[in-house]
Amino acid sequence: MSDLLYSDTEEALRDSVRRLFADRCPPESVMRVYGPVPHDFSAVWHALAADLGMAGLLVPEQLGGAGASAREAAVVMEEIGRAVAPVPFLSSAVLATVALLEAGDTETVKGLAAGSLTAALAVPLSTAPGDAVAGVSVSGDGLTGRVTSVAGASEADVLVVPVAGPDGLELHTVARDAAGVDVSPLLALDMTRPIADLQFSSAASSRVGTASAEAAVRASLETGAALLASEQLGIAQWCFDTTLAYVKQRKQFGRAIGSYQAIKHRLADLWIEVNSVAPAARYAADTCARRDDDAPIAAAVAQAYCSGAAVHAAEECVQLHGGIGMTWEYPAHLYLKRAKSDQLAFGTAYRHHARLADLVDLPVS
Amino acid sequence: MSADDQAEQAIAEDLRGRVRALLDEHDPKTSDPQDFLAARFDAGLAWVYFPRGSGGLELPRGFQSQVEADLAAAGAPPGGGPHNGIGMGMAAPTIAAFGTAEQQRKFLRPLFTGEHFYCQLFSEPGAGSDLAGVSTRAVRDGDDWIVNGQKVWTSSAQKAQRAILVARTDPTVPKHQGMTYFVCDMTDPGVDVRPLRQITGEAEFNEVFLTDVRIPDANRLGPEGGGWKVATTTLNNERVAIGTLAGVARETGMIGKVADAWRAEPQLRNPAMHDELMRLWVEAEVARLTGLRLRQRLTAGQPGPEGAGLKVTFARLAQAISGFEIELHPESGLRYDDWTMRQPEGVDFTGREPGYRYLRARGNSIEGGTSEILRNTIAERILGLPPEHRVDKDIAFKDLDK
Repeated sequence: MSDLLYSDTEEALRDSVRRLFADRCPPESVMRVYGPVPHDFSAVWHALAADLGMAGLLVPEQLGGAGASAREAAVVMEEIGRAVAPVPFLSSAVLATVALLEAGDTETVKGLAAGSLTAALAVPLSTAPGDAVAGVSVSGDGLTGRVTSVAGASEADVLVVPVAGPDGLELHTVARDAAGVDVSPLLALDMTRPIADLQFSSAASSRVGTASAEAAVRASLETGAALLASEQLGIAQWCFDTTLAYVKQRKQFGRAIGSYQAIKHRLADLWIEVNSVAPAARYAADTCARRDDDAPIAAAVAQAYCSGAAVHAAEECVQLHGGIGMTWEYPAHLYLKRAKSDQLAFGTAYRHHARLADLVDLPVS
Repeated sequence: MSADDQAEQAIAEDLRGRVRALLDEHDPKTSDPQDFLAARFDAGLAWVYFPRGSGGLELPRGFQSQVEADLAAAGAPPGGGPHNGIGMGMAAPTIAAFGTAEQQRKFLRPLFTGEHFYCQLFSEPGAGSDLAGVSTRAVRDGDDWIVNGQKVWTSSAQKAQRAILVARTDPTVPKHQGMTYFVCDMTDPGVDVRPLRQITGEAEFNEVFLTDVRIPDANRLGPEGGGWKVATTTLNNERVAIGTLAGVARETGMIGKVADAWRAEPQLRNPAMHDELMRLWVEAEVARLTGLRLRQRLTAGQPGPEGAGLKVTFARLAQAISGFEIELHPESGLRYDDWTMRQPEGVDFTGREPGYRYLRARGNSIEGGTSEILRNTIAERILGLPPEHRVDKDIAFKDLDK
């Protein structure tokens, strides 16, 4: 039976992450990622990854990590969502780390756990768990091929690259600054999670493990999808809390707009919706942590539900703030952009419905 | 293992022993259900979180689910007897919260054994959403109260031995302050029960006319004039009870009916309905998890207004899914199984045919607080938004424009 609440340890971890973001990346500073010269948040990432040790949550203790689980990583994701923090935790400490661990790596993950290295998994961010991943091609000269819309590549030291080998999918590591590696940052709808196109031209690589990497890539995307729901929870909660505070304080026609039943009922409905995000996200995190047989279903349900709920919360936040919500200055748009991009990450709700249909035996035809 | 975990394991082990002892002495397969439930009550296994002597062992509420699961697995009869949902879900927690030790002893045991089937005398023709507007009068007469008035939407009143009743005891004070809560004997000659037919064709509810019904003051729950607070406890429990009807297991409730049909009848399938089916399936699953999480948070104490959210969601989904189910079977959706006026033994929202389920689900957003009133409850009591402008709040009940 899943515990859908938080342990005291998880709450303590939340406090430390929340304090860090409150000090080091409040919304007015996050906004600078949209400037002509994007602001460098690597110091915040270093503080989260190394000083607080969050990069090593999913890494076993014998490899220098914290030996924690997806439950704790999910709490970090909640706080990242709440702060729209521009840190590559998902791309490095979740996606790349899980792929490497599952493929049998014992070296790179030590650097990742220590926070001295940052990595990114070279797949498009929109790839759903279970989607076919083609991989770049490999020859005696190294890796050659193109991978588009990769999250966290610009911030990475190491690229973890699925490769189409002669006997199936392989996983390779490539130094971000190696010859034959071109990382082109893109203008993104959500600049708080930067994406880039990667071009490999005979880039030198090392293969991780010897078995097929299908399962490792799948596990990585599955974990990413499960944990993204917690980020969506954090986004939805910030949007809800901020909107609730605003409607209590904003007055029109001589009374708080939150006293009008049209607004009260909308907020009641949003409260119900946001309160349903938490159980879905916690169930996905808990089943992922326990490697429960139900984990793929839980992740698909969480993505199918939480992605839309976070977008709805962000849209309501803009609408109920009226004109203020449309301004560049007010942070609501940071959450809207993050929520809308998160809706696409690891597959849309439509994609997860199709996946779920297979998992629970409700075939389309 | 922490000391807390150890203590918890010791309690769980002790409880398993008590359940085993109960089952050894009273085999559910051969015992009379009422005798079995009496023994279960006396063993403190009715509600383990209630006081000793009141069917409980004063343990944290979280231990109840294990007892229920163990007893259900052994084929034990449900607490309260068949369909005693108002007794078990609403009257019992209210009696436990507001009854004196003596009242708890008097009421809870026969309630739990099923000897006393309960109904609820709350709503009136003039007091629906505005429950504090009840005008049924209770007038003091020595050690008794004499009650006159009309109640409505009373499920199972025709077979109930007891009712929880809210009546006006003081019309000279504002409405919330002049109400008192009673346990009423439904076998009193002044109680007249008349079936109220509803859109499904059957009469699941009744109108109840109370004429000089005599209730001893010993059956008053809470102080005179304190009925609103007691009723709020009942209603909060009702919302949790309705809101968690969706069930603990996946695909229980309305979505299970639709999923079964989809699997069994491939000729019904089409791609557009498939995406809608999956959307509803996901929502039902998330609602199930939300109910589980609420129960995990409610391991102690009385539910607050949080259950209102669960109930609004339950109603919305039951309506959407039952409407979808009719469209799924276009030809059988045109038909109906039975328009005969009858009084069902109990209500099963997922019973009968799709047409019945669709019509019955319309009531889910009305009974136990309309979804509109519950949104006000959430907005005001949970979110702290300003209350609706109330013209009647500080005026004596007798002076209100009714």
